[in-house]
Amino acid sequence: MRSNVIYIIVMALVSYTIRILPLTLIRKPIKNRFIQSFLYYVPYVTLAVMTFPAIVHATQSPISGLAALIAGMIAAWLGAGLFPVSVICCLLVFVIELFV
Amino acid sequence: MSKTKENVVDKAVYAFNRKVFCDGMRDGFPIALGYFAVSFSLGIAARKAGLTPLQGFFASLFNNASAGEYAAFTLIAAHATYLEVAIITLIANARYLLMSCALAQRCAPGMPFYHRLIVGYDVTDELFGITIARPGYLNPFYTYGAILLAAPAWALGTAFGIMAGNALPLRIVSALSVALYGMFLAIIIPPAKKDKVVGVLVVISFALSFVCGYLPLISKLSDGTRTILLTVLIAGAAAILFPVKDTQKEEGQTSEK
Repeated sequence: MRSNVIYIIVMALVSYTIRILPLTLIRKPIKNRFIQSFLYYVPYVTLAVMTFPAIVHATQSPISGLAALIAGMIAAWLGAGLFPVSVICCLLVFVIELFV
Repeated sequence: MSKTKENVVDKAVYAFNRKVFCDGMRDGFPIALGYFAVSFSLGIAARKAGLTPLQGFFASLFNNASAGEYAAFTLIAAHATYLEVAIITLIANARYLLMSCALAQRCAPGMPFYHRLIVGYDVTDELFGITIARPGYLNPFYTYGAILLAAPAWALGTAFGIMAGNALPLRIVSALSVALYGMFLAIIIPPAKKDKVVGVLVVISFALSFVCGYLPLISKLSDGTRTILLTVLIAGAAAILFPVKDTQKEEGQTSEK
């Protein structure tokens, strides 16, 4: 019989090690242009990959998810910050799902 | 970085600054909301694995990973070995290795070492996203402000999910679940507007991510693994085809405010 506590400790050790190894081992700036460019693009690509199509599946109806995606993109394009964009998306989903 | 007016002495970028800390809390708030909603549903998986609310609380407090925890809980429910749980956690969380590399590049020379250990504690897609979107060297107190709200929300959400199961109305959960994505959009769209390459990459990322959900074999992979593969592939190709100049990099990253 395995213990949940040990499972949790194993998970925590692995997660923490992954997160701090590069942060603690890489102490100098990387000069390589490829790596610099790669690291520059990584966050945008990761977030984009995770957003679509996941946002459409996250809601009760795909229509409200799609509406939230479009409204969020427009709001962000017009310069709204993190919190306003989030609130717009949430409210839109809530309102649309009152009707669908 | 802003200097406080009453303070004549130059402060280091990594020094405590109340405004920066509050900025972190402000940006961490939508993340915390989204985390609560997501980890609430994670709690339902934890419940199936036989975790108590307290165990779920600590599992989330120490792991801070949606896909990684979900995968591990599924294995725990199947009474897998400790080694299997370690491996799945490693695979599902491998992308944090990349993010940690990127953060290491933004640590100011002379920043005390312990900040690296604390910032590293909560490297998640979202917290990494808002941290790296700020220009220049990172001020760890911005990240701490965000962690202060996000980490407890994530842990509590899991515990409540285990306790309450389906008590929260579905409609509320549904609405809250897009908070995270709204925030992602607010991070990626402004740089996409400024830098055409980033804009095209966002569109390509959307398209490939969508297509990969239907391709044979690839659609069988977990969301986390697919995210890693696509990130390495798309960002790698872009780095070869459109290497950034130092000035361009600055412009792109000043985007967030």
